[in-house]
Amino acid sequence: MRLAILAACLVTRLAAQDTSTIDRGVRIGIIYRPGVRPGVVVLPGRPAALDSIRAIIARDLDFSDRFEEITLPGSDSLRISTRPPAPRPGTRAPAGGGAQTLGPNYPLYQALGADFAVDVAAAGDTTVVTVHDVAAAAVRRSLRVHLPPVKDPGFRLAVHRLSDQVVQGALGAAGIAATRVLFVLEGKVYRIDQDGAEMTLVSSSDKEAMSPAWSTDGRRFSYMEFWAGHGELFLQDVAPGKRAPVFSTGKALDFTPAFSPDGKTLAFSRATEEGTDIYTVNVKDNCCLQRLTVGKFSDNLSPTYSPDGQRIAFVSTRPGLPQVYVMAADGTDQQLFAPFDYGVTGSSNAPEWSPDGQSVAFHRDVGGTLQVFVLDVRTRTVRQLTSVGRNEDPTWAPDSRHLAFVSDRAGYRQLWIIDLETGRIRPLLQRSGARLPSWSPRLPEGTAVNP
Amino acid sequence: MNRLSMLVVAGCAVAVVSAACGGAKPVTAPTPVANDSLAAAERARNDSIEAARQDSIRRAQEDNERVNRQRSADSLAALGRATEEVRTMLATMIHFDFDRATLRGEDTGVLDDKIKILQANPNVHIRVSGHCDERGSDEYNLALGNRRATAAKQYLVSHGIDAARIETVSYGEERPLAQGHDESAWTQNRRAEFEITAGGDALTKP
Repeated sequence: MRLAILAACLVTRLAAQDTSTIDRGVRIGIIYRPGVRPGVVVLPGRPAALDSIRAIIARDLDFSDRFEEITLPGSDSLRISTRPPAPRPGTRAPAGGGAQTLGPNYPLYQALGADFAVDVAAAGDTTVVTVHDVAAAAVRRSLRVHLPPVKDPGFRLAVHRLSDQVVQGALGAAGIAATRVLFVLEGKVYRIDQDGAEMTLVSSSDKEAMSPAWSTDGRRFSYMEFWAGHGELFLQDVAPGKRAPVFSTGKALDFTPAFSPDGKTLAFSRATEEGTDIYTVNVKDNCCLQRLTVGKFSDNLSPTYSPDGQRIAFVSTRPGLPQVYVMAADGTDQQLFAPFDYGVTGSSNAPEWSPDGQSVAFHRDVGGTLQVFVLDVRTRTVRQLTSVGRNEDPTWAPDSRHLAFVSDRAGYRQLWIIDLETGRIRPLLQRSGARLPSWSPRLPEGTAVNP
Repeated sequence: MNRLSMLVVAGCAVAVVSAACGGAKPVTAPTPVANDSLAAAERARNDSIEAARQDSIRRAQEDNERVNRQRSADSLAALGRATEEVRTMLATMIHFDFDRATLRGEDTGVLDDKIKILQANPNVHIRVSGHCDERGSDEYNLALGNRRATAAKQYLVSHGIDAARIETVSYGEERPLAQGHDESAWTQNRRAEFEITAGGDALTKP
C-alpha cells in the first residue's frame, strides 16, 4: 500500500512536470475541464500559530482565480477520517483527538467538491505544506520550507512563494502570489503586494513622480520625476532602495520608461519642441542614446517591449489621434498594431505587452470615457474588457491572465485587478487617486528584505 | 483775648512783609538787562535774524528734498505699476480645445500683446508651460501639454522673438488650476501659462 502511494506520488510529479512544458490554457490531468475550475480546500488545523499562513495561502489561491475555493464549516473534526488508515481498519471512531495519526478525509473533501486539499503543518522549525490530490486519494506534492518569523519583513513574500509552489504542485502552472504592484499616489511611487497588503512608499524625493516600470528580473524599477519642468528618469534597486539618474535624461521632458527584457536597455519618451519621440539608452554601460522615431508632426510615446525583446509597441499620433503602433526594437518597420476605424475609434493609449507575448493591453476612448482593451498579437484583433465606469492604464501580471488597472467604477479612481479567463474583478487598493500601476514579474529571492 | 489779637496782628504783619518783598523783585530785576550795552542787543537781534534765515533755507532744502523724494517715489510707483501691468499681461494664459494644441483665434490677441512686451523688454526670458484637463490619458497628456507649449512658442518666434528667450515645459494634467471634474474646470485647465524666468525686475510698457 505504501508502495502504491509512492508510485502514485511519482506519477503525479511527472505529470506536473509535463504540464509546465505545454501551452497555457491546456492542462493535463483528470481534474481540468474547460470552464470549470478545480475545487480546493485549505484545511484548518493545529497549531493555531500557522493560521496566518493558512489565511495568506487560502487568499492567494483564491486570487489566482484558478480554483474554486471551498470554505469548510470551520471544524477540526473535518480532518478526521471517517475511514481510518489502512493498517488498522475499523479500529478508530471519527471523534476527538488523535487526528494526527489519521489520514486525510478524502471522501469528505470530495463530497465538498474539492479536487485538491492543502494542509499546513509544522515539523520543528520547518513548515510543511502538503497538496493532496483528492480524486487520487494521495499526496500530490509535499513542500518543506523555513519561513522567516511573522514579524520579519520578508515573511509575507515567503508565504506567497509557498502559495505559488502550491499552484505549481496542483496544476503545473506558475502563480502570481509572490508579486507586487508599483503605482503612483499623490505624486509619490508606492508598492503594494498583489493581495493588497504592505503598501510601502518607495520614491525617495519630494518631487512629483510618474510612470513606474519594473525590470523583467524584478530586482529594480524605473520611474520619472519632474525636476524644474523637466522629466528625469531614475533607476532604483529594490533591495537597498538606492537610486541613480538615468544617463542623458533630465535635460528635456523624459517620461514613460520601459526596460528591455535583458535589462540592458531602457526605452522612453522624450518631449522636445520637435514633439515627443521614443529613445533608447544603454543603462548597463550608461551610453548610446538612440532615437527610434522621428515624427515631425506626430508624437510617439509609451514604448513597451515584446518579451523576446525584438519589437516595441508604442503610441503614435500619426493617424491624427493616438493609436497603438509597433516597430522593430531598432526603430525600423513601424506599422499600425491595434486596428481602428478612422474617424470612429477614439484615442488609444498606454499599451503594455503581455509577458507571454500573445497580447497587448491598452486603453481606448469609448464615448468620452476610457475602457481597457486587449489586442491579440497574432490575429491583430482587439476586444474590449471593461465597460463599467472609466478604466485605464492596464498592466499585466506575470501569468498573462490578470491585469491591474485604474477604475472609477466604485465612485473614485483606484486600483483593480481583473482575471481575463473568469472575468472576475477585485479591488487591489481602496485609495482614491492611485494610478499608473506596474505589475512586477515573479519576485526572486532576496528582494523581500527591506533595509 | 489780648493774646489772640496779638497773634492776628503778627500774622497780618508777616503777610504785609511778604507781600512787600514779592512785589519788590520784578521791579528790580529788569534794570540790569536794560542797563546792558546796545551793541549786545543788536548782535542778538542780528543773530536771531541769521538763525531764522538759515532755518528757512534749511527748511526750503528739506521741502525740496521731500518733494524730490515724493516725485521719485511716485515715478517708482508708476514704474512698478507699469511693471506689474506688463507682468500681468505677460502672464495672461491662453486656452485650448479638448485634445487640441492649435491656437484659438481669440488667443492670438493675447499672444500679440506678449510679442510687444517681449520686443519692448529685450532682456526678458520666459517659460511657457502646457497643461491638460484630466480626461485624457495621464502619460499622453505630457506629450499634449508639450505640443501646447510649443504651439505658443512657435507663434511668438514666428513674430520675431528670439527662440532662445523662450523655454517650454509640459506638466500634462499634473497641475490643474481648477480642481473640479466638470466642463468649466476642464476648460480652465486646458491652458498654456507664461512666467518670466529672467530680466523681469523692471518692465517697460510697450
